[in-house]
Amino acid sequence: MAGTEEREAAFYAIIDADGRIEPRDDMPEAYRRTLVRQIAQHAHSEIIGMQPEGNWISRAPSLRRKAILLAKVQDEAGHGLYLYAAAETLGVSRDQLLELLHARKQKYSSIFNYPTLTWADVGAIGWLVDGAAITNQVPLTRCSYGPYARAMVRICKEESFHQRQGFEALLTLTRGTPAQKAMAQDALDRWWYPSLAMFGPPDTGEQASGGHTEQSMRWGIKRFTNDELRQRFVDMTVPQSQVLGLTIPDPDLRWNEERGHYDFTPPDYDELFRVIKGDGPCNAQRLAHRVAAHEDGAWVREAAAAYAAKKQEVAA
Amino acid sequence: MTSQWPLWEVFVRAKRGLSHIHVGSLHAPDAAMAVRNARDVYTRRGEGVSIWVVPSDQITASSPDEKDAFFDPAGDKVYRHPTFYEVPAEAKHL
Ligand SMILES: [Fe+2]
Ligand SMILES: [Fe+2]
Repeated sequence: MAGTEEREAAFYAIIDADGRIEPRDDMPEAYRRTLVRQIAQHAHSEIIGMQPEGNWISRAPSLRRKAILLAKVQDEAGHGLYLYAAAETLGVSRDQLLELLHARKQKYSSIFNYPTLTWADVGAIGWLVDGAAITNQVPLTRCSYGPYARAMVRICKEESFHQRQGFEALLTLTRGTPAQKAMAQDALDRWWYPSLAMFGPPDTGEQASGGHTEQSMRWGIKRFTNDELRQRFVDMTVPQSQVLGLTIPDPDLRWNEERGHYDFTPPDYDELFRVIKGDGPCNAQRLAHRVAAHEDGAWVREAAAAYAAKKQEVAA
Repeated sequence: MTSQWPLWEVFVRAKRGLSHIHVGSLHAPDAAMAVRNARDVYTRRGEGVSIWVVPSDQITASSPDEKDAFFDPAGDKVYRHPTFYEVPAEAKHL
């Protein structure tokens, strides 16, 4: 059996060669713990993220939109499952992770603690929230942990439909009546800054997150800083907003020739921290709904297990 | 209820003529449900024409850590590859 130092050296040799760590490899305990936390948080976000949009399935404006929305929400459930499965390769169980979520000991993305007040919010979520998620997730397809990277490849393939259907839904509104266009603008006004906050706290200055980024980059879990990804998202999204004919609610938004990027007003990070801590408009509602769904489904899980056990008995 | 449904590994054949390839895992109470769940989780966009599910605990793996030693015997046998042999350019179809 190799010594600790030798095993660490073998781990870092793989990381430095941009190789992939697989489940049964030796890995530093802190690397494993960081991955469990991140993948679990990501999985929780996918399944909690079904709620704001699920809220509109029964009220979608047409059968076409309803079928699309159902398919999207079903995809998000699938994303959750891929990610819980990836986390389980690190020696935790899905049940354990759900318990931690229900006990508020693990988090999910703060964005899902905002309400979907109008149909236009469904379009704005697809365009902005899924758009921001894609920006975050594409680099994760090259994450150093194999199962996580592979899950992200599947997820990213599916996300592009999510973003396009949202954009199309908004485009339909902006080309509709003045009231429909106003509804689309109102949705953008409310979702813009929370979407920017999805990239997390800034990497520098007094609100910097306190060091996850640097360590995660050393481990090849993260490839870009929060601020780099946020800038990338803004640069992609501003021209899209012009196609929609909508105005991003930022008077200081302008192209900076010198930097080759848009300058923009950062989101309110104090608000982000408040929402993460549990004080967003919908935190309590989202978690209560999740726990109720889990408890209401218990009899189904038990019945299926009992049926499987009985069939085995009969066969034996 | 604390006991979790068992874990299954899922293999999908993308189209006729190709092997089944491992795509991930899932929980299900029995094999029939595992196949159904695998269809919903891993083939929502026509990614497969056939699915295998295998209980995860039935898989035997080569070595506890995916280290090289087990595969070392192949390492020094370059003569197993066609490029090891030098033949004149005039000798065609070799
Ligand atoms: Fe997703
Ligand atoms: Fe999505």
